[in-house]
Amino acid sequence: MLWPIDLIVLTFVIFCAIAAITVRDLLGTAILFSAYSFLMCLLWAVMGAVDVAFTEASVGAGVSTVFFVAAVFRTSRRTKD
Amino acid sequence: MGDILPLIVAKYNFWLYIVLMMIGLYAMIAKNNLMKKLVGMNIFQTAIILFYVSIGYKHGATIPIIQGGHGGHSAHDAVIHAADYINPLPHVLMLTAIVVSVATFGVAMALCVRIYQRYQTLEEDELRMRVSEMITHE
Amino acid sequence: MKFFGFVIVCLTGGLLLYGTMDLPDWGDPGSPASTHLSDYYIEHIVEETQVPNLVTAVLADYRGYDTMFETAVVFCAGLACFLLLRDFRPGKDRYFRHVPTGVMLHFKNPDTRLVAGNEFEHMDKEWVPSDMIIKTVCRILIPFIQIYALYVVAHGDFSPGGGFQGGVIFGSSLILMAISYNLKTLVKRVTEKFLSIFAAAGVLIYVGIGVAAMLMGGHFLDYGMLAPLLPSDPGHIRALGMLGVEIGVGIAVMAVMVIIYINIVSEGRHDEGL
Repeated sequence: MLWPIDLIVLTFVIFCAIAAITVRDLLGTAILFSAYSFLMCLLWAVMGAVDVAFTEASVGAGVSTVFFVAAVFRTSRRTKD
Repeated sequence: MGDILPLIVAKYNFWLYIVLMMIGLYAMIAKNNLMKKLVGMNIFQTAIILFYVSIGYKHGATIPIIQGGHGGHSAHDAVIHAADYINPLPHVLMLTAIVVSVATFGVAMALCVRIYQRYQTLEEDELRMRVSEMITHE
Repeated sequence: MKFFGFVIVCLTGGLLLYGTMDLPDWGDPGSPASTHLSDYYIEHIVEETQVPNLVTAVLADYRGYDTMFETAVVFCAGLACFLLLRDFRPGKDRYFRHVPTGVMLHFKNPDTRLVAGNEFEHMDKEWVPSDMIIKTVCRILIPFIQIYALYVVAHGDFSPGGGFQGGVIFGSSLILMAISYNLKTLVKRVTEKFLSIFAAAGVLIYVGIGVAAMLMGGHFLDYGMLAPLLPSDPGHIRALGMLGVEIGVGIAVMAVMVIIYINIVSEGRHDEGL
């Protein structure tokens, strides 16, 4: 594997994680968390773990986001921090 | 300076994984909103999974699907070398962990909805206040 | 609390960074994790099980117990969501539309019931008028997603994928139906009873295959013992056993994902929601 791709994707993952926990809107958190999961899935595909990447793409980025949005729909978008 | 560059190339991945883990841990401790805490928990979880998967990586190896193994005809002719394929064992263990993580995430979301139904808030400090109000009322 | 948390995080991170000094180099083929057990798996799986995808072979055959209880965990998650949220009382505010005239009726008393047959239609107060483009695209897309999910389950032995991924994709196709139309459309087509039976049946298929192997005189989940039951090449019997197990996992995961979604989005009432 090429180390520049690895390093760039890993940096994006860390930025997405920081953004997901700092943004002051829970719907924004849901979408940023989905982006985080997709980048993580890319990282695993680069690393050769195809099964894990496939699972993360369908489970982490797909269904988890849907659950999160459904829960935000039934509670509130408001967050203090 | 001559020693430090190979060390960075060999270890920078692990350092960045630890940064990711600590972001998740900080969110779990310091954030006030319950859903933010859950996102922190999931970040922590994926960082650990990432660390495990990266342990199985080998330089110059390919994905763990045996070439020509379909049907088992040609596989007997060629000898399989373990160094040619990435270690599948961490992948299996972490596949289990990902699926369990989505199950726990679903239950956690159900709990959040239930808490909101009862107390109309997801903020930790307001929640603590309302719980103590309810206790003094009774 | 923030400062305290920051100190804890810095301390833990520092200790972990110190711990990385003892780890083997990144991608080192001779690291301890890649030398003992995994070499055996890589070199012997194809001759023992005829399955080229090593991850599926280890997941469903060598570590079969692990996967069985993982399916049980997923089933328990569905059960926990049902028990936490399911609410059989009718909602407080209900809207009905008289179909011939289009008059809307608003009920505030939950005990009132409408007896007229098809003249009144239950309206969803959370309902958002959905776009025709979204409806049409989703209607065309859903069958393809489902076919792809079945492909992923069936080809779990030869390519990336397997029961979990296929089940999750199938479940999300059903969730897509709820999002693009409305929740009532999904609940009418896929009833709660159906989903509950499927969630339990998936786990039961898995355990049943294990018990069948035991009845044939082998160990629990020893697929090689099932050879007399199936008129196929005995060399492929382990691959077939894995396929059966993956189907069980896929069914359970599909049903549980839909159960969790419906319960969260409708607060357990199963009538109105996203």
